[in-house]
Amino acid sequence: MSLTLEEVEHISLLARLDLSTEEKQRYQQQLSDILDYVAQLQKLDTGDILPTSSVLPPRSRLRADAPKEGLSTKRALENAPDLEADQFKVPLVLE
Amino acid sequence: MSDIKNLTDLNVKEAVAALTSGQVSSRELTEAFLGRISAHEADIHAFITTTPEMALEMADAADSKRIQVKKENTAVPPLLGLPMAIKDVLCVDGVRATCGSKILEHFKPPFNATVVEKLLNAGIVVLGKTNTDEFAMGSSTENSAYGVTHNPWDVDRVPGGSSGGSAAAVTAKFSPAALGTDTGGSVRQPASFCGVTGIKPTYGRVSRYGLIAYGSSLDTVGVLARTAEDVETIFRLTAGFDERDATTIDMPVADIACREGVDIKGLRVGVPKEYFIEGIQPEVEQSVRAAIETFRELGAEIVDISLPHTEYALPVYYLIAPAEASANLARYDGVRFGLRASDENMMQMFTESRGVGFGPEVKRRIMLGTYALSAGYYDAYYGQAQKVRTLIKADFDSVFAKVDAIAAPVAPTAAFKIGGHGDDPLAMYLEDVFTLPANLAGVPGLAFPAGFDSDGLPIGMQLMGKHFNEETLFKLTHVFQQHTDWHLKTPAL
Repeated sequence: MSLTLEEVEHISLLARLDLSTEEKQRYQQQLSDILDYVAQLQKLDTGDILPTSSVLPPRSRLRADAPKEGLSTKRALENAPDLEADQFKVPLVLE
Repeated sequence: MSDIKNLTDLNVKEAVAALTSGQVSSRELTEAFLGRISAHEADIHAFITTTPEMALEMADAADSKRIQVKKENTAVPPLLGLPMAIKDVLCVDGVRATCGSKILEHFKPPFNATVVEKLLNAGIVVLGKTNTDEFAMGSSTENSAYGVTHNPWDVDRVPGGSSGGSAAAVTAKFSPAALGTDTGGSVRQPASFCGVTGIKPTYGRVSRYGLIAYGSSLDTVGVLARTAEDVETIFRLTAGFDERDATTIDMPVADIACREGVDIKGLRVGVPKEYFIEGIQPEVEQSVRAAIETFRELGAEIVDISLPHTEYALPVYYLIAPAEASANLARYDGVRFGLRASDENMMQMFTESRGVGFGPEVKRRIMLGTYALSAGYYDAYYGQAQKVRTLIKADFDSVFAKVDAIAAPVAPTAAFKIGGHGDDPLAMYLEDVFTLPANLAGVPGLAFPAGFDSDGLPIGMQLMGKHFNEETLFKLTHVFQQHTDWHLKTPAL
């Protein structure tokens, strides 16, 4: 399995990752090697096997539908890169 | 002043006893550990952040609390005044949590992880946050954005990872115990490389609320210390249902297993042939086999077993964990916390913040996971991996119908040289070959020292157990440690 540079660029766009040209070339090679390695899974016949959704025994639990105090606005905003009027501030979304 | 010669030699049990008897105050004990950290941290680099002022405040508060509970005749919190180190992927309110990443360099969580909250209620004093591979992705701490941790047994070697800072801190006697996390072996492998004891609990046993997520179907929070007894004491305090982590299960924790008179006669210990493969360092195999012989002499019944899908654990893990990581790490977008590298426009804010903030291994796994989940490849990669995971789990289910525990090496080799794997991700991934299966199956694993190689490096072994049966692992290891002294050896700094 050999990834093209275009595929690497497509994945980096999906992942919202800015990569340098050098990084793209390195990941092109390394990801191709890793995909070759994991391709050994294809040889296993898993026709009737269900995928693992959880390793835990199935159960369901509901909590009481009662209001509780959560994180305060002040504390929730402590790590904000930018804020205005008690809200997270981001660059313009729509022109 | 205390008449104990070297306070930093105390393990958890001894330190708690000395605090309880009044032989030592928490301030004295905390100052002793902080002093040892100051003296040797430059050589080891076990911590990303130390918190000496906070630790001394906590120690003084613990000493006052002890006087108060004595006066009021109320219950003494079980670890009152005990210093501990916390892996820097777990949130401690107001203390920066970097996760070993530049993207969280200035992040100060506004809450405590549930495990941290529980241990604070039990009375611990926080010495600092230990080094880790970035977002716990790695087996050596070489992926930390804050520099590598050096193995106290040989500073040219890695301590293992990703909880390498925690393991190094315990073996260097910077702390009697530390919290770690284990997604693919990140407690057990560093425990093995540093010659300490460490538990990866059953998936669902210990809350992950406040653990910065990596692979959510695999992540567990564990404990590293110098004896099984110490690890069990802290593990039992962290276990239990938490309404803030929907995967936790309300299953009672067994009575204390590490106690006097405990007996392992008749316990069936399975030895899987797939864990003794070509390429394993001969001294590792010899030590593990000798330890298994010790278990036989101590009354356990040794049974040959097979876990036929073991070889697929590595490819399965390196699809599932990156896939989950790519989703979990989508939250680092520069909006609410963490690095924002650009304010130019939304897209640039996302891509540049992530491009600048994440290191090479994290980017690699995000790319791999994104690919494995992308349209057209999902079934072939992620879907197939989840099916093979079912087969791996079924191997354990069928073996555990016959045995009480599984004994195996932790890693193919003792600690390797810093830089030893160069820029070869696959070579590094192979380090995890014996630890990944327990995470994929969700079963508990306990690693502990079982010997040394000719370079004087510790060799660990692990016991894996049935779901929610950590007790049997503690019992076996405790009896082993009563009859051997590997766990008592510590490096000279």
